[in-house]
Amino acid sequence: MKTESSQNSREKEIEKLKKYKYGFSTDIENTKAPKGLNEEVIRFISNIKKEPKWLLDWRLKAYQRLKVLKEPNWQKPKYPKINYQDLYYYSAPKSFKEKPKSLDELDPKLLETYKKLGIPLQEQKRLNNIAVDAVFDSVSVATTFKDKLTEKGIIFCSISEAIQKHPELVKKYLGSVIPLTDHFFATLNSAVFTDGSFVYVPPGVRCPMELSTYFRINASDTGQFERTLIIADKGSYVSYLEGCTAPMRDENQLHAANVELIALDDAEIKYSTVQNWYPGDKDGKGGIYNFVTKRGLCKGINSKISWTQVETGSAITWKYPSCILKGDNSIGEFYSIAITNNHQKADTGTKMIHLGKNTKSKIISKGISAGFSDMTYRGLVDISKKADNSRNYTQCDSLLMGNKCGAHTVPYITNKNSGSNLAHEATTSKISEEQLHYCQQRGLNSEEAVGLIVNGFCKEVLQQLPMEFAVEAQKLVGISLEGSVG
Amino acid sequence: MLKINNLKAKVGEKSILNDFSLDIKPGEVHAIMGPNGSGKSTLSNILSGKKGYDVSGEIKFEGIDLFSLETEERAHKGIFLAFQYPLEIPGVNTNIFLKTSLNAIRKARGEKELDALEFLKLVKQKSKELKFDEEKLNRQLNVGFSGGEKKKNEILQMSILNPKLSILDETDSGLDIDALKTVAQGVNALRKKNNSFLIITHYQRLLDYIKPDHVHVLMNGKITKSGGPELALELEKKGYEGLN
Repeated sequence: MKTESSQNSREKEIEKLKKYKYGFSTDIENTKAPKGLNEEVIRFISNIKKEPKWLLDWRLKAYQRLKVLKEPNWQKPKYPKINYQDLYYYSAPKSFKEKPKSLDELDPKLLETYKKLGIPLQEQKRLNNIAVDAVFDSVSVATTFKDKLTEKGIIFCSISEAIQKHPELVKKYLGSVIPLTDHFFATLNSAVFTDGSFVYVPPGVRCPMELSTYFRINASDTGQFERTLIIADKGSYVSYLEGCTAPMRDENQLHAANVELIALDDAEIKYSTVQNWYPGDKDGKGGIYNFVTKRGLCKGINSKISWTQVETGSAITWKYPSCILKGDNSIGEFYSIAITNNHQKADTGTKMIHLGKNTKSKIISKGISAGFSDMTYRGLVDISKKADNSRNYTQCDSLLMGNKCGAHTVPYITNKNSGSNLAHEATTSKISEEQLHYCQQRGLNSEEAVGLIVNGFCKEVLQQLPMEFAVEAQKLVGISLEGSVG
Repeated sequence: MLKINNLKAKVGEKSILNDFSLDIKPGEVHAIMGPNGSGKSTLSNILSGKKGYDVSGEIKFEGIDLFSLETEERAHKGIFLAFQYPLEIPGVNTNIFLKTSLNAIRKARGEKELDALEFLKLVKQKSKELKFDEEKLNRQLNVGFSGGEKKKNEILQMSILNPKLSILDETDSGLDIDALKTVAQGVNALRKKNNSFLIITHYQRLLDYIKPDHVHVLMNGKITKSGGPELALELEKKGYEGLN
């Protein structure tokens, strides 16, 4: 009898895990700003973070601008109106009133949470050569490997800490790629951002390890507005990875982050994202609205910015990691896998703005839609008049599973320079019954077969991910599509 | 090993197999010959578990009702189908596909999965035996393979998976003489005491290299004549029409 019941509960556990592995919430007391969006709340955030006046002014300027901006509505996925006055804009575990000085001072419950997420900070620190900055709700919790990075002069910390310790860098670059006035969600972020990561790599330094941030939304009714700023100084290199999870909640939670990258002469930034926010249940209830602005500026000559994203979560994903290729000979790349299942919606792609001469961009987008979901690739390639001899190559492939989902490709191409060259290829395919049958005849069950075929479809993009995460991403691709074959 | 009794198969209203019966014992090689549209491919599809057929009758594999098994479970139990048109799977490395397949089957049988080194050793040996260009195993599965290469790849998979019952669905069609010999060599190497084969073919040619124990003529959905290897030669001479 006992075995039976424990087996039952085990099965239930597995069932739960299958649905959304990260759907737990941690019971930690939170300090919250009062609900709603107003000057008081912005002052509260700025005050609790002991920010300098210039930053408060900057935030308030954004807030003034926000009042006249309208939410964009050109995107394909529509969503019910968000009541911005009904959200919390700041939520921090109470134990953080005084920021912990080291990992040992962290609330053990938080450490437990990170363990569940598969990022045991303590062990990670020792075993893997990956420095992690973890953001829990609104606050950056811990950064590992600080000493080793400091030796090389690399700054990797929360943006709050950078504001205190490196104000000159923050002041110089914050908002330099995504201006205050950019668009509704970016401006909202500028007004209320709470934390995020900051990276500065000094001239000529090659960052010796992957830098990684994990974001997690925990408290309910909380928006998460992180701000990430990465600066690669002349001749430097950095690879950065961002991972995201959230607990399962019935209501939709808003995530509106801004990420700015700046690459100076001969510098290279590689930015990878594995986004696995809670996608909502199979009927489309709940889930994260992921409205994110990510933009990189290839400011210097011969600079390079490469975005790689694996988007599997969120109820609605709406993001276009972009590159402004300002420096001559600069290179922008965008590699994307976006998977939607059940009722998920994604409108994602990139913008490649060619300003400098001999600039090159490459876009590889792989969209997979299953269930009742809907996927749009939307991409802009703009070659300006002065961008002589520039090149773009775009490849958009869509894979459909079943006949209730949608896939759309919306390329915008403007070329004002006759000496430049653009190529665009797009394909749409379906996983055929025959392919599935073939794999099953070789002993794979239907889900393994789909996983294999889809991973094959995504291969060009998966190859771009750092090794450790490629494996994780491959598994995630399989999990995201579970139950999508009949 | 495989016992088929009064198998009927329909697609929609169209009857394809009718009172089809066959008994394959361990270690036997059976050849089924028949003209176009006689139901040969339907037979291999049904045995492998392909959906879309309305079936009745009975098929037992080692005493188990085959209809109660999913496609992959049949593979786990040792049924292998060399496809008439092997599928292309873009982006999937042939070696990885083979390893995934072998380990899925081993796992289902409770055997230890092979690690990368053990697998490569096995693959190297089998490719050498079948003169299969190893370099091709690093390419995407069947993508850009010639017709002959695809068929040889099926035989390579067969020899690696070492199935109890192998069904070859017109594996010989479109092959040049060298490739044909390779296919035959693969079959003959596996033809041990307990491995059985069902070879579906149009022509007698392949049977010059693989000597069957039994030859059956399939016409209009049922076996109209059975005999030994000499039946294949007779067919070659007289054609299907002249056989009654």
